[in-house]
Amino acid sequence: MAKDSIKIRMPALGGQGAVTAAHIAATAADTVGYFAVSNPFFGAEKRMAPSESYTRIGTVPIYDRGEVIYPDIVMIYHPQVITMGKSYTMPFYAGIKENGLVIINSDTDLLTEVDRNYLESINVKVLTRDFTKFAIDIAGTELATNMAMLGALFGALGTIDKPAIEEGIKDRFLKKYTASGGTATLDSVIEKKFKKKMDLIEKNLETASAAYDLTAAWAKEVDLAPILLPVSDVETA
Amino acid sequence: MSIKNMTEEKNWSGQKLVSTDYLLFEAPREKHFMTGSEVLKEAIKRCTVDASVSYPITPQSEAAHLIGELWAEGYVGLYFRGENEFGVMSEVQGCAMAGARTVTTTSGPGTLRAMENFPTWSGTRIPCQLVLMARGINSPLTIQPDNLEVSFLLETGCMIWYAENVQELFDMSIAAFTVAEKPDVHVPIITAVDGFFVSHTRESVMLPADDIALHPYDPYASPLPPIDSEMPPGRFLRDPFVMKSNYISYATHASWQWEVRSAVERSKPYARHYLQGLVHTTGDEDAEIVFVACGTATHQAKEAHRELAKLGIKSKVVKLRTIRPFPHQELLEATKNAKYIFVPEFNIVGWLDKEVTQSLYGKTEAKIVGRPRVAGGMSMPAEAILREVFENTNVKGA
Repeated sequence: MAKDSIKIRMPALGGQGAVTAAHIAATAADTVGYFAVSNPFFGAEKRMAPSESYTRIGTVPIYDRGEVIYPDIVMIYHPQVITMGKSYTMPFYAGIKENGLVIINSDTDLLTEVDRNYLESINVKVLTRDFTKFAIDIAGTELATNMAMLGALFGALGTIDKPAIEEGIKDRFLKKYTASGGTATLDSVIEKKFKKKMDLIEKNLETASAAYDLTAAWAKEVDLAPILLPVSDVETA
Repeated sequence: MSIKNMTEEKNWSGQKLVSTDYLLFEAPREKHFMTGSEVLKEAIKRCTVDASVSYPITPQSEAAHLIGELWAEGYVGLYFRGENEFGVMSEVQGCAMAGARTVTTTSGPGTLRAMENFPTWSGTRIPCQLVLMARGINSPLTIQPDNLEVSFLLETGCMIWYAENVQELFDMSIAAFTVAEKPDVHVPIITAVDGFFVSHTRESVMLPADDIALHPYDPYASPLPPIDSEMPPGRFLRDPFVMKSNYISYATHASWQWEVRSAVERSKPYARHYLQGLVHTTGDEDAEIVFVACGTATHQAKEAHRELAKLGIKSKVVKLRTIRPFPHQELLEATKNAKYIFVPEFNIVGWLDKEVTQSLYGKTEAKIVGRPRVAGGMSMPAEAILREVFENTNVKGA
């Protein structure tokens, strides 16, 4: 049964952009009218160190803050989260709720027999794909892995469309509301970089969009039940 | 940019000067989506702030940095980095004693390093603002949210307000200047939020336009002469006559300490107006199960309330917005039907539980349960609160 609010846990490694992905995911959800919150949690800020981000989306106000202990969706950004235990919770799916979803970025199946049996017993669906290769193929850089993961999330959810993702990405990279005190010098620098920046956004969007289609098709194939209520159910004051 | 550019209508950065009431309650607002650090920048931008001193420490570094951007953009008059937090708080005092509206931010270890300054602040009756983004206290070292540090600040003579989320941080940090600067209050104010849970959390927030700002601070409305080394309290600092042992020195110290605390109490009517109440309650008015909390713990209690409602169990959340002054009367009123009072907290010592228990001593029949308590950065899922409810009451849940 679709829920009125869901919690998404994104264990990743420092430098992969999971904080950015969580931010964009929440912005996109907010754009279409959901209640949404995102927050990162990290220790030492260094590359390859465990870094987790969380996004909460709902049709009702969201009060819950901090680390997600009981997620509906777990998104593994890097195989080392599983193989080297680079996450805040072990095993990586600890606390996952019934009828949930796990998306793993890996070129090989990393689930043990025990993992598989447990997740099946609570009807959690697992999708393992090499989203890093996906990002390299489409965007030409592994730095777009987070965009592929983001697209994959929304493709599986099916309640937040591509234009909203675009809004989220633009909001993040174009900074719609920077301080009004910006100088003319600063403006001209940004303008010079604008073409490059639009290219970056375009590439990110393409990657997210392709991943969206991939998981949308997968969700149909495995008969994934809706996880989040549609935005039309949002409480209006 | 200079203070000379200030006119009757506009401040030095060209923002139209408006009343606190207009800024908080009347100005049209638009929805934004931002973090607590970003929203603090937006609040300070609208406060005609003269001076800010900073020092980096997680999780407030970003907020301190963003206030520095405001200086670069011409909104804040003076901005510099102190040599450490002790230096920062001393420099804040210097700025404020010179008549500047002054703000700073710190967290956890920074708060403790600066500690001696906070009672000195209140003793000199400066109306500066510290925005505290709470972080755990050693040891072992942690950068994570945990509000134990607030317990160290309770008896410094500073006002302490506690914001629940990004929106409240915006509104409170604006109201804070106004209340702290009232001539009959005129004490420092600490606006606290939980680090990460607010500073780094991105959520929707309603903001008024940024072309309006508070009227500047008027140091001549201070109940004390602005920086006068020949008169108390400046005289106290230069030439501490309390070092001499005689009756007048004891009496001066005691009466001044009393006066600082009385000033904090006198902030109540102003805070009731600008915060629209010292406590906010949500949930079932006649519930026997009551959660009393502040900051993020209130949010978690609201999640627990929603889960209990699904099971047909009534509960109520009482959010304390001011800790100093402590809202005794409002708390008593809000808990009058309570049979069970739970005080969920993000620290190991339960400082709020102690405050609540002491406040209600002899006045309530309710059983007060100071749990759950989580610390060191742990989350407090609604499930943890529900477990305490089922273990400590006779209500039945699934």
